[in-house]
Amino acid sequence: MPYSPEMQEAVGAVERSRTRRLKEVHPRLSPEEKQELLVKFHPDYRPDAQRELKVGSNRGDRMPVELVDVLEAKSRIDPDRFDLEAIDREVDILIVGGGGGGSAAALVAHAAGAKVLQVTKLRLGDANTMMAQGGIQAATKASDSPAIHYLDVVGGGGYVNHPELVKALVNDAPGIIRWLEQLGAMLNKTPDGTMESIHGGGTSRKRMHFARDYTGAEIMRTLRDEVRNQGVEVIEFCPVVELLLDEQGACAGAILYNFDTEQYLIVRAKTVILATGGFGRLHVSGFETTNHYGATGDGLIMAYRAGGKLVFLDATQFHPTGVAFPEQIVGQLVTEKVRGLGAQLVNSDGEQFVFPLETRDAVSAAIIRECRERIKGLTTITGRPGVWLDSPMIELIGGRGTVEKQLPAMFRQYSRFDINMAKEPILIYPTLHYQNGGVEIDERGETAVTNLFAAGEVSGGVHGRNRLMGNSLLDILVFGRRAAQAAVERAATVAPGRLSLDHVRRYNEEIEASGVAEHRNSPILLPMYGSREVASS
Amino acid sequence: MSVSAERELTLQDALRQKPAEPPAKAGDGPRILTIHIMGSRYEVPEGLTIMKAMEHAGYVFIRGCGCRSGFCGACATVYRTPGDYRLKVGLACQTVAEDGMMLTQIPFYPANKAAYDVERSRPTLGTLLTNYPELSRCLGCNTCTKVCPQDLQVMEYMAAAMRGDLTRVAEMSFDCLMCGLCASRCPAETVQYHVAILARRLYGRHIAPAAAHLADRMAEIEQHKFDAELDRLTGLSREEIKKLYDARDIEAEDEQEDE
Repeated sequence: MPYSPEMQEAVGAVERSRTRRLKEVHPRLSPEEKQELLVKFHPDYRPDAQRELKVGSNRGDRMPVELVDVLEAKSRIDPDRFDLEAIDREVDILIVGGGGGGSAAALVAHAAGAKVLQVTKLRLGDANTMMAQGGIQAATKASDSPAIHYLDVVGGGGYVNHPELVKALVNDAPGIIRWLEQLGAMLNKTPDGTMESIHGGGTSRKRMHFARDYTGAEIMRTLRDEVRNQGVEVIEFCPVVELLLDEQGACAGAILYNFDTEQYLIVRAKTVILATGGFGRLHVSGFETTNHYGATGDGLIMAYRAGGKLVFLDATQFHPTGVAFPEQIVGQLVTEKVRGLGAQLVNSDGEQFVFPLETRDAVSAAIIRECRERIKGLTTITGRPGVWLDSPMIELIGGRGTVEKQLPAMFRQYSRFDINMAKEPILIYPTLHYQNGGVEIDERGETAVTNLFAAGEVSGGVHGRNRLMGNSLLDILVFGRRAAQAAVERAATVAPGRLSLDHVRRYNEEIEASGVAEHRNSPILLPMYGSREVASS
Repeated sequence: MSVSAERELTLQDALRQKPAEPPAKAGDGPRILTIHIMGSRYEVPEGLTIMKAMEHAGYVFIRGCGCRSGFCGACATVYRTPGDYRLKVGLACQTVAEDGMMLTQIPFYPANKAAYDVERSRPTLGTLLTNYPELSRCLGCNTCTKVCPQDLQVMEYMAAAMRGDLTRVAEMSFDCLMCGLCASRCPAETVQYHVAILARRLYGRHIAPAAAHLADRMAEIEQHKFDAELDRLTGLSREEIKKLYDARDIEAEDEQEDE
């Protein structure tokens, strides 16, 4: 699907201004300008985007309506139909999720000698981890320090991040890179072994470590390979549909649902680690998403029913650069690394309108403003708005071949549709990317529910209201490992109790009493595109 | 669907030749294509990827669908198009459905996977052969390269593996999604993508030089060098931390890495 003649003409404006723009640095937003931009144009601030939650301990909090819909829903199982005495499996640590966080936790817990069961809804490795392209932050260079990293994280997050979590994140970060190096993950290095690192949106030091633009894929396939080498027991295609508590209200296991056999499995565990990822596939505000097929927020819902506290879920991250054209891959991620390597954002006049490496919320809002208010975006044949990301600049800055060398995944993705991004700019628009908040955890990864731990996107607090690029791959590994260490220690002291689904019964009753729609059930497990309009990617 | 009926459909499709109808005008709906999913016939609008076409046809994926962005290898698909005897391959999420396409997905392949200790293994041909002795059975037929949806030179990296050139294997195989199509078509029953990840991990662990700056930083962290400063930061008020953030210096974009 190469560009139409009209789009090619529009490309001309970008090409004509390119030489001049190469020397031009667009001014950064002042804090006041940034705030005004966000309030006026960020999707979180749209009046119809959120509503108050009517059930549970976060009653009264505003969250995206699509999330509230699945929280204000009864369980998808009938608690009275389960004999919880008939336990199918008994383990020390049940890890829910097959992404980077779950796999890191599995490796640490297994190495500590715990009896571990890792279960996942799809395949081991089917997770947003696999898709993270840009990089992983860590202050590994002499010009940088965990304290400087700390400042970037809290500034990017709106100064509301939970300090102890941020401290853990930044101080563990170099150790995570070291762990990956020892596992043999191929992070980019110069011939003497120095790790290559670049800027990302909102970084004050070049601390983005990367593996070409397959950073998450490289981390995920390495961890998956190691999970298999270590012989950790993994059950695939078995989502958890509800957590189990004991008489004291501590987490004590979960109910699994086998997608293939449609049978349920009752697992008793001394501790449970949720690493189920985020909610991108709920398509908040109708946005396309970069997220994995399984990102339906299951863990959030189950933890909430069990008594977990939710934080910062009113802040959703839209990635500024999702594909706007071609239609077949609309919404897919164009990594921030494209901007990191020098590509500017350009409107239909061929002019820059925002500093390319502002934080993601600001860049997204600026693109929406350019299209909606200033009418300087483009419109595709299917009516989608977009602005240009001038990727050929990368070749002018880094030399010929830089795009294909540094961004092989991106280059390949566009080449499949006959667009050469090394020579032609690409059309982008914000896309739903990340759930900034989640289930509140402490620095050991424990939630408000005793013996229930959470790590990665399902959890909340560390990124405040806005996560920086490269801090999610870091988050999953830091807190996956921390949760595992804490869960192992805890498991040594836990005496198995009597399993209960009373919390689910109470939640169902509350739904009935609150008068919200009673017909919904959750977690939804899959987005069910097959049964409705196929508009999203 | 029986084999003969399936063949008949293929023939019909082949006879239909190229579309006679003019391209859709503005206001018209999209052109409708006929595709055959595991032998069953469905009509779908033109312009969808195979994945979205299958969903349009009513499929709700459990297997055969993952990241939907070309990174995870869950949706490896084998297909034929009318009038062409060749088997073609692609990722369902990245390949556009064509009229008359006959397809099936390969969501799982029972590939041999060795368990090894990357720390204690040496980065040599011997390690590759110990874990995957079938490596030496490669016939050089190049089928693996032809079916790779990432257009990797699979046979060439297997040749490099047989020479013990792990660095070359690591570089050439880096973009592998481990979708399994190469192994599914290999007459020598090798599992190219597992050989490749073994080579990459050995390269990453033992051949690429360790990062000296990282070792230095780890030593500093073990000596608790940053603890006091971090503790101070965690205790600051919002206003104090905001002041520090707004005043922080930003490393220049063009500052070169010390190389």
